[in-house]
Amino acid sequence: MGNGHYFGEGLTYLNPSDLKGKLIAIEGTDGVGRSTHIEMLQEWLEVQGYGVLTTGWTRSSLMSKTIEVAKQGNILDRWSFSLLYATDFADRLEHQIIPALRSGFVVLADRYIYTALARDVVRSGDPTWIRNVFGFAIVPDLVCYLRIDVDTLALRVIESKGMNFWESGMDLRLGADLYDSFKKYQALLIEEFDKMAEEFHFEVVDARKPPDEIQEALRAKIELVLKGGRLTQPSTGQPTKASSAS
Amino acid sequence: MTPPVLTFDQPHPFPGKLIIVEGLDGSGKSTQLQLLQKWLDSKGYNVFFTEWNSSDLVRETTRRGKKSKALTPTTFSLLHATDFANRLYHDILPPLMAGMLVLADRYVYTAFSRDAVRGVSPMWVRKLYNFAIRPDMAFYFKVPIEVAIDRLLGGTRAQFKYYEAGMDMGLSQDITESFRIFQSRILAEYDKMVSEYGFITMDATKDIEEQQNDMRQVVAKALENYRPKRGTHGKRALFWRRFDLPKSE
Repeated sequence: MGNGHYFGEGLTYLNPSDLKGKLIAIEGTDGVGRSTHIEMLQEWLEVQGYGVLTTGWTRSSLMSKTIEVAKQGNILDRWSFSLLYATDFADRLEHQIIPALRSGFVVLADRYIYTALARDVVRSGDPTWIRNVFGFAIVPDLVCYLRIDVDTLALRVIESKGMNFWESGMDLRLGADLYDSFKKYQALLIEEFDKMAEEFHFEVVDARKPPDEIQEALRAKIELVLKGGRLTQPSTGQPTKASSAS
Repeated sequence: MTPPVLTFDQPHPFPGKLIIVEGLDGSGKSTQLQLLQKWLDSKGYNVFFTEWNSSDLVRETTRRGKKSKALTPTTFSLLHATDFANRLYHDILPPLMAGMLVLADRYVYTAFSRDAVRGVSPMWVRKLYNFAIRPDMAFYFKVPIEVAIDRLLGGTRAQFKYYEAGMDMGLSQDITESFRIFQSRILAEYDKMVSEYGFITMDATKDIEEQQNDMRQVVAKALENYRPKRGTHGKRALFWRRFDLPKSE
């Protein structure tokens, strides 16, 4: 990472400046095809001889069970919702991501803090708090954003695994039914992702294209970063500008 | 749709009152809070009690994390914040909104002091808890470290717990010595916060009754203009009864 650094108030007891690996985040909303592509990317990188660690949202050993239980009951308020994810992320950051980067691995993150930012802002309308909470996250070397429009997404999700309560943001009561709610909630999330894409310098990949084209686009961007070429460096974002989301 | 914006920087807008106690383990703060609750109950107030690290949502996780000693300063801090958020939403806000009294055994200041001592950025942890509401009264039971140790070892607890003694920080192999160093640092953090947050400092070396007497006087004064939002008999608060009015017309 060369000059690894934190978004905000970081882990004072961990210096990120000596991390040798590369941190690559694949972002995008629910059902956009992130995990499929990450699997293929891992294969591709390992064939080339790179050590690869993939890390996924809510998959920490500390929190994965807790989050599952929490999602089953109706016991989630906005802050607990965001903080459960933050705890999960912190656990993976300290126990998986940073150690792997220190040993020179390429870390592929299936979602990064931007997912949490989008979900919280859609619920609160205020980016300040959630950004402060995730201040301890390391700024990735590359963020690839799989961008899709909500109509294509709805069709794709219906065709594949179907919609669930949380992917439809049912806690927000945005729509009359699961489908209606899904479209409204996902549209809000995509809007947030689009805003962040500019602010944080995401590399946007059109997720409506055929899978092999998407994979090719991802590989091209990753290759540049691994070969030391410079895409636009992801930024730490602006110091919490006011948001118009509601 | 957007929930009320709560911020720690300003007094809360709710009709209820939030009274919290802070202090080291062994300072006697929980005893004092229990006695205060007895007294308030006897006065006819509707009192709710909540304590640190007790929500159903994460208590089990915290226990597991502590047992496997897998918690880092940051996950330790975030887990406690999650617990707090869950209790704030379910246990603290509803009665406060309804105009009742809420007593809290430990509050965000516990996190501010402990997490800072563990090496988490003090600025970060303050921002983390910015969604908390500011208590109406914060009692700080100040006790010298030796007194706290004597009380804990002489009382029901024969041995300190791993995290309570800060053993995760590698301060000392000896658990009592580790407790002494860790808690002394926490004490220093508390002392720094007294003026920052306007703690009401209590001399926790005094007799229990004497402290309780002092505490009751302070609370009685603070509640002079407080009107409990409840009827004389029923449990239901006026806050909710208002919604019934149009129906009966």
